[in-house]
Amino acid sequence: MYNQLRSWQTEYRQEFDKRMAVREDVEVSELGYRLTDSFYAKQYRIALRNSGIIDPLKIEDYIALDGYKALADLLENQIPQADVVAEISESLLRGRGGAGFPTGRKWAEALKHDAEHKFIICNADEGDPGAYMDRNILETDPHCVLEGMAIAGYAVGADFGYIYVRAEYPVAVKRLKIAIAQAEERGLLGKNIMGSDFSFHIELRLGAGAFVCGEGTAMMESIEGRRGLPRVKKYRTAHKGLFGYPTIINNVETLANVHMIMLKGAKWFRSIGTEKSPGTKVFALVGKVANAGLVEVPMGTPLREVVYDIGGGCKDGKELKAVQTGGPSGGCIPTSLIDTTLDFESLAAIGSIMGSGGMVIMDNDDCMVDIARFFMEFTVDESCGKCTPCRIGNKRILEMLERIIAGMGEPRDLRYLKLICETVRDTSLCGLGQSAPNPVLSTMKYFANEYEAHVKEKICPAHVCKGLAQYIILDSCIGCGKCKRNCPVSCITGEIKEKHVIDHDACIKCGACEAACPVHAIEKR
Amino acid sequence: MSDVYKDPRTPLPQEGSEAEHYKELVAYIKTKPRRESSLIDVMHRTQDLFGYVPRTAQLLIGEMLDIPTSKVYGVLTFYSYFTEKPKGVYGISICLGTACYVKGAQKILETFEEQLQIKGNDTTEDGLFTIVPTRCLGDCSNAPIVIVNEDVWPQVTPEQVPDIIEHYRKEAAHV
Repeated sequence: MYNQLRSWQTEYRQEFDKRMAVREDVEVSELGYRLTDSFYAKQYRIALRNSGIIDPLKIEDYIALDGYKALADLLENQIPQADVVAEISESLLRGRGGAGFPTGRKWAEALKHDAEHKFIICNADEGDPGAYMDRNILETDPHCVLEGMAIAGYAVGADFGYIYVRAEYPVAVKRLKIAIAQAEERGLLGKNIMGSDFSFHIELRLGAGAFVCGEGTAMMESIEGRRGLPRVKKYRTAHKGLFGYPTIINNVETLANVHMIMLKGAKWFRSIGTEKSPGTKVFALVGKVANAGLVEVPMGTPLREVVYDIGGGCKDGKELKAVQTGGPSGGCIPTSLIDTTLDFESLAAIGSIMGSGGMVIMDNDDCMVDIARFFMEFTVDESCGKCTPCRIGNKRILEMLERIIAGMGEPRDLRYLKLICETVRDTSLCGLGQSAPNPVLSTMKYFANEYEAHVKEKICPAHVCKGLAQYIILDSCIGCGKCKRNCPVSCITGEIKEKHVIDHDACIKCGACEAACPVHAIEKR
Repeated sequence: MSDVYKDPRTPLPQEGSEAEHYKELVAYIKTKPRRESSLIDVMHRTQDLFGYVPRTAQLLIGEMLDIPTSKVYGVLTFYSYFTEKPKGVYGISICLGTACYVKGAQKILETFEEQLQIKGNDTTEDGLFTIVPTRCLGDCSNAPIVIVNEDVWPQVTPEQVPDIIEHYRKEAAHV
């Protein structure tokens, strides 16, 4: 059967090369082929190596580029399970879903325990708003994930795999079903893979719109047919997880790296990225950036390079204000820290996290207090409600932020806010609650002046918060004085034919001046 | 707890548009293992068939899978994808993820609410439109996104909103 795979590979590669030869957007590369557009010049794509190059509906394309060869090599040469685990451990591959837990250590734990069944779960519940790396991998290279799961299954001794995928990804669901069927048809998945003793079946389990189900224990609750409430982890998941059996939960991107690591070796993987965070990471560069899209770069790349060299800087020539990484669990990085390198340690050191890879670019038209409120609203909505700190604490944080934005904030609110945030962070049951206060804490740290402006001066410097809008007299003022005469609290000063000025402290925001101005030189911002 | 399915005793409508759906649902459930872990899959099928999860279906599922109806209801209300209320012909999903949010999604939502005279998650009186504010749909580089049933509208502006609505009114009139 291994010879069958080899002959398929040779045959399909020839046809594949012919198809690539007539394309102008690809060229041969170290890992097969690469895209030549300038957007990809500084990228090094391992997890996304096939994205945009192969046809995801053709298993022939995947096989042409050595697809399933990593799995075949293991089975043909009957590599001991411990050796496979050792290779992954040595590569220092860390979870790409956000936590960055060493994958090898997880697999080693599961291998250690004997059980009637073991499970591999692929976490495809990508819920972070602003992140779509996993969706792309599932839609453009589904076989890569299947092979990664099968290798994981072989390594730990699992017989069954589940891909827990969001219901909001119907294309990914469809393509995964097709890919699984194609692989089973050719004996690359299912019973006695390639004629060996190793059997591994994969099934899909759909999510249903609950962000919390991306948390490992909540995901297992969901697969078991219940509400996605996280469990107290009495046992490690790798010891007793799904249905009580040893379970490995790996993110899509993590699994997408496995094939290459097994083929090219741990040393190769370690040569990319940094010492503690080897390899690459896929980021979803979105928001107010000129070139939005998925970016895969070696760990340790400075943020500046990603935002400016690859992303082309802010859209419409605006100035960068902050980069939000890690979704609702992450923090905002101010422009002053743009030279921070993208790896687990450096990001944690400045109060953010790598997260799943979401990277939202914000300019001066974004209010950081409003952004903190946006994330808090999301978290409160998605909180499962099981533990008190998250269920009640986050709601109080949201209420405080809403009051501040409405102009009813007081200085002591800022102290309370910090205190509650730290309490929720330190006492919540699961990662959702523990990381929910991050956006608030990081914006309070780096944009303290904005919070103070909202609370003390009752203004929104970015002119976003409607409750704090001010009336401004523009340069087009002709100095006629009509506004001054109509103001009920006489807060406008100015000489005839000179630009008039509103005293914001005395202004009662009635709008009489705006209505009176004959040249529309007064604006509410 | 037996693994074998018996014919359900829950009274099911024998006439009307949903009668066929119930027959299909019963047949589908019988292909799944008779366990709690089949619940979410079955509920997805129910939502696909009916467009929502009717009370009767909840009772049926509970009986057939041997799960207390309270648990079925608990799962239904926990997951935002499932709904107990029928939805309109066109579900207007407005993405409120971070990337869409900074690109003005809130204004898009408000414009739809204003134009259709309903609030988010409500359905218009003629049963045509439901506004569904959603979490990140995963198409962030084309923010702000609006998805109507299966059509993706990228980089939507508030000015386009009336045209989008008109597009579907016309489509509905021709069906």
